[in-house]
Amino acid sequence: MPDQIKLRVARYRPEVEDKPTFNEYDVPLRKDWSVLDGLNHIKDELDGTLSYRWSCRMGICGSCGASVNGRPKLLCATFLTDYAPGPVRIEPLANFPIIRDLVVELTDFMHKLSAVKPWLIREEEQSVDEGEYLQTPEELADYKQFSMCINCMLCYSACPVYGLDTKFVGPAAIALAQRYNLDSRDEGAGERLTILNQPEGVWDCTFVGECSRACPKGVDPAGAIQRYKVTAATASLKSLLLPWGQQ
Amino acid sequence: MSTSHDIVIVGGGGAGLRAAIAAAEANPRLSIAVVSKVYPMRSHTVSAEGGAAGVIKDDDSLDEHAYDTISGGDWLPDQDAVEAFVVEAPRELLQLEHWGCPWSREPDGHIAVRPFGGMKKMRTWFAADKTGFHMLHTLFQTSLKYPSVVRYDEWHVTRLLVDDGRVCGVVALELMSGRIAAITGKAVILASGGGGRVFPFTTNAAIKTGDGMALAYHAGAPLKDMEFVQYHPTGLPFTGILITEAARAEGGWLINKDGYRYLQDYNLGTPTPKPVLRSMELGPRDRLSQAFVHEVAKGRTIDSPYGPVVHLDLRHLGAKLIDSKLPFVRELCRKYENIDPVRELVPVRPVVHYMMGGVHTDIHGATGLPGLFAAGEVACVSINGANRLGSNSLPELLVFGARAGRAAADYAETAREPGSAIDAQVEDEVRRLQRDFYARERGRERLATIRVEMQKIIEGAAGIYRDGDTLAKAADSLRELRERAASAAIDDSSRTFNTELPSALELVGMVDLAESIVHSALRREESRGAHQRTDFPARDDDRFLAHSLVYRDVDGSPRVEHQPVTITRWPPGERVYGS
Repeated sequence: MPDQIKLRVARYRPEVEDKPTFNEYDVPLRKDWSVLDGLNHIKDELDGTLSYRWSCRMGICGSCGASVNGRPKLLCATFLTDYAPGPVRIEPLANFPIIRDLVVELTDFMHKLSAVKPWLIREEEQSVDEGEYLQTPEELADYKQFSMCINCMLCYSACPVYGLDTKFVGPAAIALAQRYNLDSRDEGAGERLTILNQPEGVWDCTFVGECSRACPKGVDPAGAIQRYKVTAATASLKSLLLPWGQQ
Repeated sequence: MSTSHDIVIVGGGGAGLRAAIAAAEANPRLSIAVVSKVYPMRSHTVSAEGGAAGVIKDDDSLDEHAYDTISGGDWLPDQDAVEAFVVEAPRELLQLEHWGCPWSREPDGHIAVRPFGGMKKMRTWFAADKTGFHMLHTLFQTSLKYPSVVRYDEWHVTRLLVDDGRVCGVVALELMSGRIAAITGKAVILASGGGGRVFPFTTNAAIKTGDGMALAYHAGAPLKDMEFVQYHPTGLPFTGILITEAARAEGGWLINKDGYRYLQDYNLGTPTPKPVLRSMELGPRDRLSQAFVHEVAKGRTIDSPYGPVVHLDLRHLGAKLIDSKLPFVRELCRKYENIDPVRELVPVRPVVHYMMGGVHTDIHGATGLPGLFAAGEVACVSINGANRLGSNSLPELLVFGARAGRAAADYAETAREPGSAIDAQVEDEVRRLQRDFYARERGRERLATIRVEMQKIIEGAAGIYRDGDTLAKAADSLRELRERAASAAIDDSSRTFNTELPSALELVGMVDLAESIVHSALRREESRGAHQRTDFPARDDDRFLAHSLVYRDVDGSPRVEHQPVTITRWPPGERVYGS
């Protein structure tokens, strides 16, 4: 194994350059090192001006999404040795506006996240004095997978539909809506229907499935979207047949 | 530029979001700002794994939770605070359940609990082994319901604004634009977490640089019990990634190079095949990490490229239990160690995990400075004393986050608007950032050089065992390092998402924290909980049944005072484990 590997890192400093360029850095190639360790080596030892986000370095905070050799990855959960002998091309996540270097803008997603009402909706709140809402392990299993999303944006970066039209609500936000819709304690599916059952909601999805392949946490947003299409179609049909009230 | 709210919360993790919701519910007319240097769902609460303690089962009692917490903290916790905490913890956890937290369940649908270290009853609620992740996302998503909560995502707070002794806002740097602005309010709640990154080897995320402690310390609020730093006994050797205590609670064993469950040699009980509460691998973290040091001295550990390790043995638990109760442990071991714990031993070593100390507050989260509140790891109430029990920190940030939110809402209703005196402070701060950071002349040393040196000093002096001579030398070295940290090189002068400038600010604060730790440790001439002095090996209740309070003097040096512990019903006794 060589003891160095070359990282080709996308650079974009809007005050200095009009469009992204690449800088090359040689970093130690170590068995334990993630791509993030390589970037931290650059930042600490070679070039303090490189900007990227990271925090937990254990694949749970969702900060360090970037494109590695053209695929969306978590930098902290992607290892340099898997790319030896290199070079490794590191770019910001595709489909997002670039702020600086590897840092992309997430404002659009943050709006979509709120729009799907990702909180428990009840017709009647039960007081905590009366104890927990009961939920069996089987009921928990119905939505658990969709609750594992870390908002890392890899799915949006992989999604060809979002790439063409950023109005698409998108994989993570729809999966999160489904997380609450499928929760036995929730009664808010009707409220979420209006957002999800619009053209830019689930119907934009062409079921390419790239989102589920990119997801580092096994959430399967594509599955959530397909499942919701059935729900939404049934609800639309019901409102046609029973215009006096949705169930 | 300046924006104005009623309450400004610094930090968007568990404590900050709980405080925001509590304040919004206490008074919907208040405008509440949540200022965080990361998007809130990136906060370090996300990494908590094992669970959250709260009495809920019939065989348990509040007094037992209180006693476990107080004895676990080696009688340094304030007992009035602990009593309030154990009463409110179950209610807070239920509230989170009502907001949608996917707690693991019994077959009949009730909340499931698991054992945890130092706890005599099973009372730790869990969401598999991603409890903090689920709590944080539940809180964040729930917070989106409240229109009065306004977020400042990726804003780095650089100073507190103080008008005539009252804290009334912050100055912050927006990372995306480089804009520096005042965010004023009648009350400020610090909820920015601990500072594990002061140490070289830690479970803590990169953002855990103790910023809130440094902000309070600079504004004149004392830091309490800073010498008490928790080493978690089971971190992965290279990364420091946490392997949760739940792995032992579910039946995992700690073994040395001979395959021997060595904890039996350290007054922690006798080994049994099934886990026994408050015994062996379910002893408290301070005692387990200390036992590791003795095993190293006896030559009974295993050598690794990253120093001596012991093994965590989960093989006898089987794939089914590991996949249902500890799936994240398996994922982390496979990803970061290329090990499958179903079939292989997991190498682990003690790793800095948590600061028991922090900004001194009362049981409502109020600090000594009017208008300034604090909750969560940044604060020291203290319920954790000399050693926090595993699974007490998550309920702590809920209970005291909510308390601080309500207290700040009360305070804000009657407090005066910030006066015009702060305008000058804002201008000062903008000038300081411009001159000392953006326009810093080429510095001599890299930030990383100073950071590594600080970490080496603090680990050498204030690790699991300490002594007076080493601490005194460290105090001298850190004083010198404080100067160097203020003039280190900053390559990046860009206004757009400059990440080096915040690192430079964090480093200055971290050196202050390191000094506060070393000075508090030097003055505490006894051994208690996580603070073990080889030159003073016994607990000394006559002199040190007291909290350390460290103030920053005008010249920047730390000054340590002591203040008595509040005892209500549990007089100091011996910590007994293994029975």
